[in-house]
Amino acid sequence: MNLLAQLLNGLQYGLLLFLIASGLTLVFGVLGVINLAHGSLFMVGAYLAYVIAKTTGALWLALPAGLIGGIMLGAGLERFLFRHFYHREHLDQVLLTFALILLFEEGRSFLLGNDFHSVPVPALFDFSIPVAPGFSYSAYRFFVIGCCLALGAALYLWIERTRMGAIIRAAAEKPEMVDVIGIDARRVHMVVFAIGTALAVIAGALAAPLYSVYPGIGDGFLIISFVVVVIGGLGSVSGAFWSALLIGMVDTLGKAYMPAVAGLAIYVLMAAVLLVRPSGLFGQRA
Amino acid sequence: MTHMTKGTLSRRKLIKGAAALTAATAVPTGWAIAQAKPLKVGLMLPYSGTFAQLGENITHAIEMVIAERNGKFGGREIQIIKLDDESKPELGPQNADRMVKRDNVDVLIGTVHSGVQLGIHKVVKESGTLCIVPNAGAVGVTRELCAKNVFRMSFSNWQPAYGMGLALGKRGVKKAAWITWDYAAGAESGAGFKEGLEKAGGQVVATLTLKFPETNFQPLLAQIPGLGVEAVGAFFAGGGAVQFVKEYAAAGIKVPLCGSGFLTEGVLGPQGAAAEGVETALHYGDGIDNLKNTAFRAAFKAKAGREADVYAVQGYDSAQLLVIGLEAVKGNMEDEAGLYKAMRAAKIDSPRGPVSLSPSQDVVHNIYLRKATGGLNKVTGIAAEALADPGTGCKV
Repeated sequence: MNLLAQLLNGLQYGLLLFLIASGLTLVFGVLGVINLAHGSLFMVGAYLAYVIAKTTGALWLALPAGLIGGIMLGAGLERFLFRHFYHREHLDQVLLTFALILLFEEGRSFLLGNDFHSVPVPALFDFSIPVAPGFSYSAYRFFVIGCCLALGAALYLWIERTRMGAIIRAAAEKPEMVDVIGIDARRVHMVVFAIGTALAVIAGALAAPLYSVYPGIGDGFLIISFVVVVIGGLGSVSGAFWSALLIGMVDTLGKAYMPAVAGLAIYVLMAAVLLVRPSGLFGQRA
Repeated sequence: MTHMTKGTLSRRKLIKGAAALTAATAVPTGWAIAQAKPLKVGLMLPYSGTFAQLGENITHAIEMVIAERNGKFGGREIQIIKLDDESKPELGPQNADRMVKRDNVDVLIGTVHSGVQLGIHKVVKESGTLCIVPNAGAVGVTRELCAKNVFRMSFSNWQPAYGMGLALGKRGVKKAAWITWDYAAGAESGAGFKEGLEKAGGQVVATLTLKFPETNFQPLLAQIPGLGVEAVGAFFAGGGAVQFVKEYAAAGIKVPLCGSGFLTEGVLGPQGAAAEGVETALHYGDGIDNLKNTAFRAAFKAKAGREADVYAVQGYDSAQLLVIGLEAVKGNMEDEAGLYKAMRAAKIDSPRGPVSLSPSQDVVHNIYLRKATGGLNKVTGIAAEALADPGTGCKV
């Protein structure tokens, strides 16, 4: 059945969206910042994978490089820029993150040009597995599904089972209380921002062989990720997970079976969810 | 030593200057002055960015024609003025304006990108400057927007896909699908594929599109086995074409893939084994066996240091068309009627085979059927002989 192939496509797309949206929702929930430059971080990951594949031929290096580089980039951005904006108005934050988009795009244009590049699938996964009559599924896509699930599980354990995770949950729900009980919020902020950045960079690196790299690759993903965050409930990581899967499925099945309305489907879904549950499926704050 | 060299140089300059002065005073009439003035040929092409190599290959080929004719077309010395259009549509009108008004070019040859072409088109339609299109395939240029001073020597987006559709239909394909980006070139190409296939008794039962330049092909590919089609036609180019052909092969779809020639043009290297056997149709290919092509390829390689491609051929023919026009009027661009008449009637011996012009001043040429084999687009036959774009809506 083709449906199976489409469900796999939806699953893979949704899980990738989750990696991006989870960072976005964490940063918003804990730090209160709407990071428009989150899509640029995704682009950084995609171009990182392209450069690594081109120079070393070993694409797998992009994963550790994305993790470490993402954490360092995130920590640096938090320490030198975002930290100074937590108590400013949303408009200031929007201006800051919009400026970052321009800087990342110009930097990319300056260093690597404006070309479209395809990134080869790593040799290890360069084969296909039949999933339907006359249709096979690339092993690399299964690998991406596995990676996303593993990262999602790690994120879940971190937030639900560790002390830091408890603080993060607390900060997302009642930020003033975290300050009152004397927890060093600055450290929490930096860690959250660094993890959120690393997730976006890794998502970009994983996506590069599937979607190729081109200027503005992060824009489309960013917009859909905002839809994911809104549907899932601002600040809720588990909400982002289920909402990303929902969007992945609706978008993929829509493109496959109702192409005329597919572009609209997820926005209709968002409107419907907001009508019934204004704070999103898993949101706690109205 | 340095001093000596300097001395020689200035002496040579002095002699040259004196010679020029003598020549100038010796020319008697205004008409003759016009003939002696070099003919300014503006090359507005991409010399940077994604399409830089296309612009360079077109330029090399034009310079080859100039060299073959000892620097003169119809007795007029040719002066080249180059401008990098960067393939930026927003700069198109402004750049074309610069060539026409500031540089005062007599002929404008350009360009590669269809969006930039529409900008050039607007400017030259107003100024009346002779324009020869060496690549851009936007169909409008020789259809509803056509102009008496605009000639195209490359292709229209409609042509290659029409050839592919026709060839499929002739071999008995009744149902095919078409897949492309949702943008102008994809739609124009798709219209050609559909018309070609219908002409030979088949039909396009499904059109699958995705946003340009997205490459999330999977939701589209997974539908193909369920469509019950005998062939899939595609239009993608560059990096998107690499990605698409690879994913099509990885999906293990049994339906044969074919397309407009750009699907495998210049990208067979990165496509690797995935492209093997993919059939495409284009106005050029590997292994066209005629003397002109052999000589052209050797000369191009000697000049540019790389193999000639379809873009080089288009540049070469653009310059050849200009030669025919200027020879007919002995280099006198003032004789507009004579110039255009000769160009419209041109029969060109091109590396791609015989080339002529349609009533809408678009190129008429063979569309070849090619099969990707061992890194080459091997010509296996002719998909459509002497094919002209319908030129719908054009009144020249």
